[in-house]
Amino acid sequence: MALPRYLAELAYQIRDHARSFGLDFFEVIFEMLPYDAINMVAAYGGFPTRYPHWRFGMEYEELSRGYAYGLQKIYEMVINNDPCYAYLLEGNSLVDQKLVMAHVYAHCDFFKNNLFFAHTNRKMMDDMANHATRVRRLAARLGTDAVEGFIDSCLSLENLIDLHAPHIRRRPETTAAEAGGEDDELPAGEEVPRLPVKRRYLDPYVNPAEFIEQQRKKQDRERKDAARAPALRERDVLGFLLEHAPLKRWQRDLLSIVREEAYYFAPQGQTKIMNEGWASYWHSTIMTHRMLNDAEVIDFADHHSSTMGVRPGRINPYKLGLELYRYIEDKWNRGRFGKEYEECADLERKRRWDKHLNRGREKIFEVRRVHNDVTFIDEYLDAEFFEKQRLFAYDHNPQSNNWEISSRDFKVVKQKLLFSLTNFGQPVIEVVDKNHLNRGELLLVHRHQGLDLKLDWAQATMEALYRLWSRPVLVRTVASEKHTLLRYDGKDHTSETVGASDGLGPK
Amino acid sequence: MTQKIDADRARFRHIVRGKVRQNLRRFISQGEIFGKKGKDVVSIPLPQIQIPRFFYGHKQTGGVGQGEGEVGTVLQPGSVEGQGTGQAGSDPGEHVLEAELTIEELAEILGEELELPRIEPRGKHRLEAEKSRYTGIHRSGPESLRHFKRTYKEALKRQIAAGGYDLNRPVVVPIREDKRYRSWKTAWIPECNAAVIYIMDVSGSMGDEQKEIVRIESFWIDTWLQSQYQGLEVRYITHDAAAREVDRETFFHTRESGGTMISSAYTLCADMIAADYGGAEWNIYPFHFSDGDNWSNDDTRLCLEILKNRILPACNQFSYGQVESPYGSGQFIKDLREGLGGEDKLTLSEIRDREAIVQSIRDFLGKGR
Repeated sequence: MALPRYLAELAYQIRDHARSFGLDFFEVIFEMLPYDAINMVAAYGGFPTRYPHWRFGMEYEELSRGYAYGLQKIYEMVINNDPCYAYLLEGNSLVDQKLVMAHVYAHCDFFKNNLFFAHTNRKMMDDMANHATRVRRLAARLGTDAVEGFIDSCLSLENLIDLHAPHIRRRPETTAAEAGGEDDELPAGEEVPRLPVKRRYLDPYVNPAEFIEQQRKKQDRERKDAARAPALRERDVLGFLLEHAPLKRWQRDLLSIVREEAYYFAPQGQTKIMNEGWASYWHSTIMTHRMLNDAEVIDFADHHSSTMGVRPGRINPYKLGLELYRYIEDKWNRGRFGKEYEECADLERKRRWDKHLNRGREKIFEVRRVHNDVTFIDEYLDAEFFEKQRLFAYDHNPQSNNWEISSRDFKVVKQKLLFSLTNFGQPVIEVVDKNHLNRGELLLVHRHQGLDLKLDWAQATMEALYRLWSRPVLVRTVASEKHTLLRYDGKDHTSETVGASDGLGPK
Repeated sequence: MTQKIDADRARFRHIVRGKVRQNLRRFISQGEIFGKKGKDVVSIPLPQIQIPRFFYGHKQTGGVGQGEGEVGTVLQPGSVEGQGTGQAGSDPGEHVLEAELTIEELAEILGEELELPRIEPRGKHRLEAEKSRYTGIHRSGPESLRHFKRTYKEALKRQIAAGGYDLNRPVVVPIREDKRYRSWKTAWIPECNAAVIYIMDVSGSMGDEQKEIVRIESFWIDTWLQSQYQGLEVRYITHDAAAREVDRETFFHTRESGGTMISSAYTLCADMIAADYGGAEWNIYPFHFSDGDNWSNDDTRLCLEILKNRILPACNQFSYGQVESPYGSGQFIKDLREGLGGEDKLTLSEIRDREAIVQSIRDFLGKGR
């Protein structure tokens, strides 16, 4: 349902204010939805149509129960598309609607300008609908169970994508001529290694012609072997399977749908703190400077503070993002950065440091353009900000079976926060061999960074992988400080301890 | 209204109930929605299917939080973010608010989720108290109940419609037809009292995890019974080789090392019922949690006797929950089943782990006694 007139007028006002602050966004189309429809859209990840799958139903169940019991409610949704679509909840108070619209315009600015969104599909609305049609058609032809089962297998691997892939070209695009033209001869100028001799005249005796010939052949053989099993390192496991797994056409089709959607959603996960922080910064700025009338101040403050509320066991991305933008703005307004400031030993002088630069706004616009959560936190979360925000690290205490605060040390906490954001805090797994032991088995390596995989889950995931690869799959990992090779052959799981000599373990 | 998502929802329910895609069943977990009741965080069970992925165990990674507290401060369960979050697909701009719950709301949710029947209180004459609630509006009534605002509105409406309203001289005079009165309905409120007697085995073989299960389960049982009865008295008995009545705090935190004589607790329970809850107005619910170990067969025989002759006739329902522990033999539930399997008032439930709590609550409260 389109916006009623009084809201549409407000939307125009807010849009103009947002523009005057320098925000730059695609056209925004607001829709007003009742709670059940907004729950549905939210369950679909913001889209009005998705392919049929039980997990959307599960999501919906959770949302609608949460709503029915008064535990939670969704105020708004916005999707990264050109034009941007945003949904408002019918029956919200006017001040809430205003706040939400201001929030939405800032999200759209972020979608359009942040570099990590630069390669996302801006016509995803249409493509999602196309995906739905394709999957429905396949389900009608092959049966729901077959199609859904295959999608489940693909979803198990959904997180095995290369987050940086859209931005770099990993492989040079090889032409057919290059790939085909194998050169068996040694390139000119390359010498076959000879045994060392002390006197020049001894050389024909120590390195006779037959020996040289033998060495040359050996070298050739090694080169050919290397060419047969190229050193592979593929983070985009989904893409790799799409190219190399023996899939039927409909399977390939489904896999490509899952992969495309995973890449589309990835930047939203990569910039959660920045995106929400940015939107919160602007809803609060636009509301307090321009849109709020006297009667609404209390309601606005109430709503804003409940959005900013923190619970001890988790990071509130709205709060952390907003505070960090404000902190950066303040630093650049007062010139509290650079060598001179960092090296100033006089605490009192440092506290009063103010060069009246007024470059804060400009700076945060730059920040929202070039950073993602990892670099944002890494670059700007410093000890001073850390102290103000009372951040801590928590860990599970196996003795008491409780979650406990484990550290308030700046370095430890920051490290932990960055770890949880890098690759979404998930293990890095790469394909390294598609023809392991020359038996067509698929070898993956878990780049172990001190944490072991959750074994039962890893095994279940390998079963999914087997369904796609249809030959045994292996995962080289480290479990309880031992180099381990997990293998699934379609029937049984095995796990053997291996040496570190294969060079696949952590350095 | 039918929606596109209804098909997905039906599909999900079918999977959860095991009608289709049996192979997914092993990934079903009791997910939770968390709510807050005062200071306590409570969770509402919600079946979820988790798609397996390459993951770290959350217990290994820990996380980062914000707020007060020294190193070593324990975070409340439920305030810690579960694993599996942070996955791509979480949308920006999803505002989620969390609200607080009252005990009544909690009980209602519990009842709905587990499809619990309302309890028919027993007692020959059901005591009920009459209470008036002012809920409606009538056109006639005593002047003392006149609803001023509604009456004013009606008069204003009438005067505007009749053209008799003057903006410059806004006088509104109600006539008899305008008048509105509050009206009441009579509600009958049951006046029944209930007593819950928790008995727990605190011998060495009951570990922390087992006690935690009992704690969670007793919280929900209390919540439900409180919603069904006006007054609820809760008593606690712990036992190893001997039984004693304790307060709530001690009940959940003592740990003894001795052996187990269940009959001691049953004797104490029966005495308690006889002494304090003798009349027919009391609805009595003893709950016994143990890991199923008893000292000897003789003692078990004695237990059956006490149950049969003294406890069962006096109470609404006797519930025995057997918590699985690595040390317990789990024999006692079999003995009960053999000895008293035919008794209506005896409810038995085996609780393997936390996941099984929901089912066991259903076992205990599902009969509507």
